Amino acid sequence: MPKLSFKLNILAGLGLSLLTAPAAYADPLLDGGKLVLTNGISSIEGASGGGLASWATIAGMETDRGVGVSAHVTGIELSDYGWQSHGISVGIKDRLELSYARQNFDTRKVGAALGLGEGYRFNQDIFAAKVRLMGDTVYGSPLLPQISVGVQHKRSLDAAIVKAVGAAASEGTDFTASATKLFLSKSVLVNATARLTNANQFGLLGFGGANQTDRTLQFEGSVAYMLTPRLVVGGEYRTRPSNLAIAREDDAHDLFVAWAVTRNATVTAAYADVGSVATFDGQRGGLVSLQFAF
Amino acid sequence: MTFALAFALLAAQPVTAEPQHAAPQEDLSSVDWEKEFGVEKKVVDPVTGELPVDPYTQDPANAGATPFAGDGMAKAFGGQEGIRKIVGRLVDLSESDPRIAEIFKNQDLVRLRRTLFEQVCYILDAGCTYTGRDMKTAHKDLGTTRADLNALVENLQQAMREAKVPFAAQNRLLAKLAPMDKDVVER
Ligand code: HEM
Repeated sequence: MPKLSFKLNILAGLGLSLLTAPAAYADPLLDGGKLVLTNGISSIEGASGGGLASWATIAGMETDRGVGVSAHVTGIELSDYGWQSHGISVGIKDRLELSYARQNFDTRKVGAALGLGEGYRFNQDIFAAKVRLMGDTVYGSPLLPQISVGVQHKRSLDAAIVKAVGAAASEGTDFTASATKLFLSKSVLVNATARLTNANQFGLLGFGGANQTDRTLQFEGSVAYMLTPRLVVGGEYRTRPSNLAIAREDDAHDLFVAWAVTRNATVTAAYADVGSVATFDGQRGGLVSLQFAF
Repeated sequence: MTFALAFALLAAQPVTAEPQHAAPQEDLSSVDWEKEFGVEKKVVDPVTGELPVDPYTQDPANAGATPFAGDGMAKAFGGQEGIRKIVGRLVDLSESDPRIAEIFKNQDLVRLRRTLFEQVCYILDAGCTYTGRDMKTAHKDLGTTRADLNALVENLQQAMREAKVPFAAQNRLLAKLAPMDKDVVER
């Protein structure tokens, strides 16, 4: 009898412990378990992805059981302008990404020519959210990419001036849908993004204009080749609307190299071409971006 | 886990209370608990050095991937000798990797080295067949996570890099393993 009850008690205890997860230890909050570079770098709008394009990736080094964070700073030297942006992102369970970025666009000498004053800066805040709907960039079927949808709310901090140049609004919201897949058999990563937007020059010159007030469908494409687990080269193309009557806007493209110096630090260098900006044509130059991710 | 332990301890409580009863006591120390619970004692096979596993049907399809055609991949990995070295290094690295070492404790690593070698050799078309279990059965109750899988992939990448396997060929093998994630990740 005592032997039996002891046995039953042990079995009950075992049963209970088997019902719960067999983890030998609790998962840390910042698990940092993502494969290097699969969090993407930080795009100029703060969402994770390439430099110009927002991808289906989720920011931070977390996997589906943790939380991740990242921070970035980006500088671009164009023919006539200077660009600086920085931001932070949080990734939750490799499912939800929340990001904030600040863009500062320095008009330098052009500012005087446009009557704004030399060195006039356009500034913008971008609050964004992105959710992964299905798929995985690396794992699962090679035919099923990681698919995410996102929203990017942009607020120009120069409302009076962007309206003076003809923008319909100083605030706007972009909607994105992205598919990203690493084709391991070819060492090639491909991303395609559809964006509904009425932003002029990413929103720095406001939203909508005499040519077009509403959002139009634009496309972002990226192709990258992995040279090592930590070194990737690639190119991107991004179409853009041309809403303002006073200044044409062109498509943008870049060629980049991204290097994960450590698990947590990635440096990106790129050659970027954004075409005509505020009547000054041929704006191209170098981009450097530094990202820390945990 | 802590909860489960607490429950188990609570459930075992009455035993410590037993001595208060007048009923005659049985000496529990002499009981063969493994026999009482029907635990089968696993005996190491003197020839292979492996422990027995539950019966399963042998089929190369258990490897979870179709093999490459041609000898290009086998050559890139240094043939069977190269594959054996890489798999051995992968197991060594993983066994001592603080992120996942716990999962490999008390497992039959002799068998794992053999079956993992067979699996990679079979997939690379280097002249082997795979005689192990399917991935779902082999990883049942290991409690592996996506992060564990990523750690294992990094260890495999290190082993292949050390063996000087060209990076594009490394990725072609990983492309065969990547779709198995649902079967080898449990939670
Ligand atoms: C695609 C990835 C993986 C492949 C191709 C793979 C392959 C294998 C193979 C061939 C076996 C032996 C099957 C047999 O004994 O019949 C095995 C067992 C095992 N694997 Fe994996 N594995 C993968 C992922 C993982 C991960 C992520 C872990 C943990 C970090 C892991 C830990 C183990 C352990 C501990 C065993 C021994 C289980 C036992 O003997 O009961 N594996 N694996």
